[in-house]
Amino acid sequence: MTWPRSVVVVGASAAGLAAAEGLRRQGYDGTLTLLGEEEHTPYDRPPLSKQLLSGSWEAERLALRTPEALSGLDLDLRPGSTAMALDTGTREVVLAGGSRVAYEALVVATGTRARRLPGTEDVTGVHVLRTLEDALALKAGLALAPHLVVVGGGFVGAEAAAVARGLGCEVTLVTDTPQPMSDALGSDVGAMLRQVHAEHGVRIETDVSVERVLSDRGRATGVALSDGRTVSAGAVLVGIGAQPNVEWLAGSGVPLGNGVECDATLCAGDGVWAAGDVASWPDPVTGTRIRIEHRTNAAEQGLAAARNLLAGPGAAKPFSTVPYVWSDQYDLKIQIHGLTRGADQFTLVDGSLEQRKFTALYGKGGRVCAAVGVNMLRPLRALRALVAARAPWDEALAAAAEAQTSTSSTSSDSNPATTGRAR
Amino acid sequence: MKIAIEEDKCCGAGQCVLVAPEVFDQRDEDGIVVLLDPDPPQEQYGNVREAAAVCPAAAIEVRE
Repeated sequence: MTWPRSVVVVGASAAGLAAAEGLRRQGYDGTLTLLGEEEHTPYDRPPLSKQLLSGSWEAERLALRTPEALSGLDLDLRPGSTAMALDTGTREVVLAGGSRVAYEALVVATGTRARRLPGTEDVTGVHVLRTLEDALALKAGLALAPHLVVVGGGFVGAEAAAVARGLGCEVTLVTDTPQPMSDALGSDVGAMLRQVHAEHGVRIETDVSVERVLSDRGRATGVALSDGRTVSAGAVLVGIGAQPNVEWLAGSGVPLGNGVECDATLCAGDGVWAAGDVASWPDPVTGTRIRIEHRTNAAEQGLAAARNLLAGPGAAKPFSTVPYVWSDQYDLKIQIHGLTRGADQFTLVDGSLEQRKFTALYGKGGRVCAAVGVNMLRPLRALRALVAARAPWDEALAAAAEAQTSTSSTSSDSNPATTGRAR
Repeated sequence: MKIAIEEDKCCGAGQCVLVAPEVFDQRDEDGIVVLLDPDPPQEQYGNVREAAAVCPAAAIEVRE
């Protein structure tokens, strides 16, 4: 193998690790450096808002690989290394402190960071949930502060609200959407989730935003809402999305927009590839540029970037995927294949919202764009093919109904499909 | 090849079943991974490695 003789991967989470492993598995035997900003070896983030916060797992269980598996990769693994700049002319990554790491090929996997509420950086008791330290701080904060306000009704907010209730905290969830997670899942599923959270004792304030965090002597005491009301709380969790870590690439010539703007093969210019939360690429199926912050996408893109890097421009393949994400809330397992945002059609395929056990299809522009399941894991997998094929909506409904009929003799809780608008 | 599963890490994504349906399945009731073939034939090795790599819960360990 003549090129590259050295690869540097910036970002030591799921995408960066997958890229490093993919390179070795494809036979790359040159120098491989994995730079991570955090002081940890690669660990997993989805359990932070689930098993770690609830206390069912210790932090050690989050390790993505055993020490033996990591050492088997023959990596120059450098935790605690923050990339400050990229010099694409000399092909060097500049680290905090000024040292430089030379590369022939580079994989950018610097991910995203949690968005914060402006002016709350130094207020004790205001949390985000992105890193292990964030999760441990929130856990400790909840033990001291029996009332939590969650700002944001997305995945992080809804999961943390559920766990905090399980820990015995009073929880108020504030979202500017009409229902929790309704921007992702639509109003019908959102209403069901609202009901579930309410039954578990979460107070939910919808269609209202948090104007500011109230504090006394540097410690959070609650939040002020946009309608003039206040909610008092000793802990505030801000779950209002994330932003890509691209500032270090400013001026490098790597194309930046909403993330690192790659081509369809995840290449972002001469010798540079990107993967995971930070990568924005034109989806070859839809032609639109997307960036996905899902755990599965990070692993898939890390592997794809490694393959394409070694294959070279002539043999690199466009990256295409059916995005997958899941959420655990109380005893609900919510799974999503595809992209639900912007859906204009929604239909239940199996089960019912009342039973909190169902599969559903989401459509956009006359085609299936996503399949969602709650506590129906295997049946949902069959619908994934319709998402992958972007099946025409009417054909998909017919196919789903037929599959449903063929299994309904064994299913007593089948429900005729009901069709409606997604929101 | 030896495959080990950490059941309590499994999140029921089913990505492994999509990649290597001859080797992995999911339980009906909770979607937890079921190992159909702990010692698969060589032609499955590529799929199994891919399944372990894309598992979003790092629940599949492959030893060769």
